[in-house]
Amino acid sequence: MGSLQLKSIRKAFGAHEVLKGIDLDVNDGEFVIFVGPSGCGKSTLLRTIAGLEDATSGSVQIDGVEVGHVAPAKRGIAMVFQSYALYPHLTVKDNMGLGLKQAGAPKVEVEEKVAKAAGMLSLEPYLARRPAELSGGQRQRVAIGRAIVREPKLFLFDEPLSNLDAALRVNTRLEIARLHRSLKATMIYVTHDQVEAMTLADKIVVLNAGRIEQVGSPMELYNRPANLFVAGFIGSPQMNFIDGAKLGDGAAKTIGIRPEHIGLSRDSGQWRGKVIHVEHLGADTIVYLESDEVGPLTVRLFGEHRYAADDIVHATPVIGGMHRFDADGRVIISGQ
Amino acid sequence: MSKARTSLFRTGAVHAALIAYTLVALFPVFLTIVNSFKSRNAIFREPLAIPTPETFSLIGYETVLKQGDFLGYFQNSVIVTVVSIALVLLFGAMAAFALSEYRFRGNALMGLYLALGIMIPIRLGTVAILQGMVAANLVNTLTALILVYTAQGLPLAVFILSEFMRTVSDDLKNAGRIDGLSEYAIFFRLVLPLVRPAMATVAVFTMIPIWNDLWFPLILAPAETTKTVTLGSQIFIGQFVTNWNAVLSALSLAIFPVLVLYVIFSRQLIRGITAGAVK
Repeated sequence: MGSLQLKSIRKAFGAHEVLKGIDLDVNDGEFVIFVGPSGCGKSTLLRTIAGLEDATSGSVQIDGVEVGHVAPAKRGIAMVFQSYALYPHLTVKDNMGLGLKQAGAPKVEVEEKVAKAAGMLSLEPYLARRPAELSGGQRQRVAIGRAIVREPKLFLFDEPLSNLDAALRVNTRLEIARLHRSLKATMIYVTHDQVEAMTLADKIVVLNAGRIEQVGSPMELYNRPANLFVAGFIGSPQMNFIDGAKLGDGAAKTIGIRPEHIGLSRDSGQWRGKVIHVEHLGADTIVYLESDEVGPLTVRLFGEHRYAADDIVHATPVIGGMHRFDADGRVIISGQ
Repeated sequence: MSKARTSLFRTGAVHAALIAYTLVALFPVFLTIVNSFKSRNAIFREPLAIPTPETFSLIGYETVLKQGDFLGYFQNSVIVTVVSIALVLLFGAMAAFALSEYRFRGNALMGLYLALGIMIPIRLGTVAILQGMVAANLVNTLTALILVYTAQGLPLAVFILSEFMRTVSDDLKNAGRIDGLSEYAIFFRLVLPLVRPAMATVAVFTMIPIWNDLWFPLILAPAETTKTVTLGSQIFIGQFVTNWNAVLSALSLAIFPVLVLYVIFSRQLIRGITAGAVK
């Protein structure tokens, strides 16, 4: 219960095409994350799945049933919004129970399911309060609770953590991961934050300008990016891109090396360069260099290192850490 | 307000301006009420004086209550005003919701068309309205007045409310759709409570011209049974002799219902502002 098939979904607002043919299969119980820069169409895609937007063409199937003409409430979905979207005049309990009540469920059943969801999210002390009397984190938990109560085939999350502060974001992220394990439900989650994507997803869908760039598990995307866009988008700090010609590689237009796949030494190495800036993060040290052969490089070293600006250092790429891309940005042989 | 941002001089200046405005605004009301309790001679001799035991008189109120069916006039005014406000708010809010929520061809043009009435006074169409009412057999009914006032109030209501409805969060409406609320339920149960301050504003702006109007009652419903208070008071104003006691008493009485309605709406206004944010 809870698979989703998208077939060549297109969506245009006037002459502006936002989604340019999306094909995707989501299996039952998967946690799928749509990630991409703002304006790439990820939210529009989610809203199309929810039925809040109609696709210009293409088909959406939930559990093998075409839902193109089915109202949002009848699709068996629940959605959590970035702005929480709680009903301001209803109590937490009524907020969570409204969907079931509208569907005509008996009162006892509504009570029972609300109590169960409130238990899962430790919301029991707040059931009688209104949203205005809750903190941001509690409001988002109520919004998640409202989704759980509906026992949907598909959970849809639209950037649910963007309005929370950093500490709360980590907690709520863990909570969502825990919910996914205990509910074993299919979840589709939209974010622009690649950390959320890498930590939560079974499967990441990288979107750019209305197209899917690559679909894969977090480690597949990290180790074997299919193109320049994915290589640059996944991983932080961003992958270094070096002109292939500078390295004497005629076949590759661009060569990518992740900052963590470069070693530094004061004495000897492949590329000589001058340190421009160093960021000490405790667990990591990020060194920015300007090298003579290949231009600017970012290097991520684990642990603490005593480099300072204007030091002369030598950088050496780790064997097998290079990604080679052709003139169209597609990968040639990845991670060889 | 924090202490750092207040200075005695600025607070004083602000209060002086507000008090001056209050005095200017209240002076006519004060004059009307004070003089309505005085004898005819006292009104003319010393119009600004407060009634003393010698000049105090209830003759004006006695005349008003004896002459004609004044209670009936009041009832007519209240019915016309309340029903018109209700219709203006209902239809205005519905039109505003459609204009702000749905994308359809001609949306902007329709909005402009509905707002056109703000710029064109409805009285320009009096002759046509009268002909229409005669044809529809509605002359000398309160229905005629209610229809005209509803039409008169709608443009401003649509204009103000559609601006406010654009500010209601889309996510909230979409959450309602996913929870299975119909578009009507979304309108009545989610959107209307959130635009209540705007509704109160529209109600106040709509109410006062309707209550005070003399033109349409005189033309469309001058019969004894359908007279409004404003029209009813006119019997005391003659071409040569005006019964000032009665006129002032009638006006004083006419202030109160509108004051009560205003207090109700302005409380809504304040409550709406302080009710707190959506998020």
